[in-house]
Amino acid sequence: MSTNLKNLVKKPQILSGGHRLCAGCGAPIAVRQVLMGMPDDAKIVVACPTGCLEVSTTIYPYTSWNCSYIHSAFENAAATLSGVETAYRSLKDQGQIDEDYRFIVFGGDGGTYDIGFQSLSGVLERGHRLIYVCYNNEAYMNTGIQRSGATIKGTWTTTSPHGSNSYGKKENQKNLTAIAAAHNVPYVAQGSISHWKDLVRKAQKAFAADGPVFLNVLSPCHRGWRFPMEKTVEIAKLAVQTCMWPLYEVENGEWKLTTKVRDKKPIEEYLKPQGRFGHLFKKNPEVIEAIQENVDQEWEKLLQLCGEK
Amino acid sequence: MNSLVKTAALVGTDAVAEAMRQINPDVVAAYPITPQTAIVETFSQMVADGQVKTHMIAVESEHSAMSATIGAASSGVRAMTCTSSQGLAYMWELLYVASGLRLPIVMPNVNRSLSAPINIHCDHGDSMGARDSGWIQLFSENAQEAYDNTIQALRIAEHPDVKLPVMVLLDGFIISHSIDRLDLQDDTSIQNFIGVRKPAFSVLDAKSPTSVGTFDSLYGYFFEFKRQQEEGMANAIKVIQEVGKEYGELSGRPYGLFETVGMDDAEYAIIATGSAAGTIRTEVEKLRSKGIPVGMIKLRSFRPFPAAQLANLLSGLKAVAVFDRSSTFAGNTGGPIFIELRSSLYEMEKKPQIINFVYGLGGRDLSIELITKAADELLEIKQNGFAQPYVNYLGLRE
Repeated sequence: MSTNLKNLVKKPQILSGGHRLCAGCGAPIAVRQVLMGMPDDAKIVVACPTGCLEVSTTIYPYTSWNCSYIHSAFENAAATLSGVETAYRSLKDQGQIDEDYRFIVFGGDGGTYDIGFQSLSGVLERGHRLIYVCYNNEAYMNTGIQRSGATIKGTWTTTSPHGSNSYGKKENQKNLTAIAAAHNVPYVAQGSISHWKDLVRKAQKAFAADGPVFLNVLSPCHRGWRFPMEKTVEIAKLAVQTCMWPLYEVENGEWKLTTKVRDKKPIEEYLKPQGRFGHLFKKNPEVIEAIQENVDQEWEKLLQLCGEK
Repeated sequence: MNSLVKTAALVGTDAVAEAMRQINPDVVAAYPITPQTAIVETFSQMVADGQVKTHMIAVESEHSAMSATIGAASSGVRAMTCTSSQGLAYMWELLYVASGLRLPIVMPNVNRSLSAPINIHCDHGDSMGARDSGWIQLFSENAQEAYDNTIQALRIAEHPDVKLPVMVLLDGFIISHSIDRLDLQDDTSIQNFIGVRKPAFSVLDAKSPTSVGTFDSLYGYFFEFKRQQEEGMANAIKVIQEVGKEYGELSGRPYGLFETVGMDDAEYAIIATGSAAGTIRTEVEKLRSKGIPVGMIKLRSFRPFPAAQLANLLSGLKAVAVFDRSSTFAGNTGGPIFIELRSSLYEMEKKPQIINFVYGLGGRDLSIELITKAADELLEIKQNGFAQPYVNYLGLRE
């Protein structure tokens, strides 16, 4: 499969323009890059949990989806789509459907790490052939920037504000990609909208996998992260270069680093341009050290898992 | 009667599973909960033995059971689930999604009380809590009715004038786990009766990709959608009767919105649902044999609520006793059937006195003696007197 840009741009746009997501939003970039990995002859059904992408792409009577789409609630996109996928298998067995259908969830981190965690785990365990993509912007952005299980330590959000008794979120984020991999599904990967070639290749593998797939895609939100809207891709790139968001895949249990980072940048380079960490530079430099420590530890662990050490 | 009949001795859960086997749904997503578990167990065995074409999803929760059923039903196939009590409560928000998307899902619910305190036995608090969720609710008196209702539910749900999900209700343990004699129709006549589903939309329609469950806000059509949903429920009044009549032609067991016993010349009436109706019928027949003009109404359809039909039937009577197997916790204002029936009578010129008996919560037994006691109280109400207190707790230790 090719990741030749000339070919990729010729693919039909499944998420059409005119949607109501913010200018500079990472989510539609993630969606488009992932859908570039779709086989040309396949049909898809997209499911979204409640969230930014959902409310901005399906304002009745309009839809931005040039494919079938389903939303039912916040915490159940995986389970809902598992019902569609099962109905498809049933119709296939009965010879009532000819098309090759694929099934894909695009959910934010709130709907994935937190409230949709059980539904996701159930789908991964039951082996439905569907792809779950988390467009991860590290907080509940649709409701106005609240902390989630994906929010990193020290982050300001409206429910983890900094103040005289607080430096922001106290806990480190959970490692959902590793948790998904622990379900022993065929393919799990971490991607970033800044590394399109890497992400498209991962999406191609995801569509080829015969079983459940989890893709965790860093998709910065300039409204919640507090940076100028034109910097979205740049910020995502810094997350990779500082090893805050390493790019790797777990294919049939085999861990592999897909983007090697030779000169790991200090975490300050990632944190500094983002207003959500501004207070740390003024008041809590020790938290920046703690973040760096956590990044280093996780990176070392990952290098070992990937056989790089 | 033109359908072959097999007489069987089955517990209520197996009667429902048998109906599901004959319906042969494309997808079933279900999760175990007492006392419903036996349905999903029996049905799983039917899948394992290749008796059905069904693809079964053994989900990790009732929330996902309803979610997956919604997904499957949105794909144009016949999709079912079943539950009880806490499981139904856990599905709550998706009940509204299923009815709002106008999906013809059929779900047997084995009635069980809601915690706390935790109790696995029958009352109607679980399904009554879902009475405003936009689901049709059909009560069953015994295993036969649970079987018959499950089959009819499919036709009602899929009727183009209705397009609403249906909950088939059967009393936990009393029906679900008691062996009953019932007649089963043959597979072919059931398949002919239910026909082929003609979905209004499907996310798997490659010629017409569709967005389901879209966002509708302040300047959208939310109010209009909800008004249409109300209309679908109102249409179900007619459709339930039509389907019940047609099923009667097939099986010799016709169904309506409710069943009446001795109402033609009754001056007093008792209204009840579910298994209690069987016991109450015995008491009513006993009173009738003594020449006391008492009748009984067994309410089958609680949603839609046959308000006009009941009001017409009860107008001019001296007094009516309503049996409720759940409470509304509105402060001694009565159970849900009582409240709705009382409200239905408001416009009638000749209103009967009306008295409520809340009974059987958490599976508390309803004995003949208790029904006799209630009937005595009913008969004591003078024509222009007033039932006082009008809410009574039958069988309560106090």
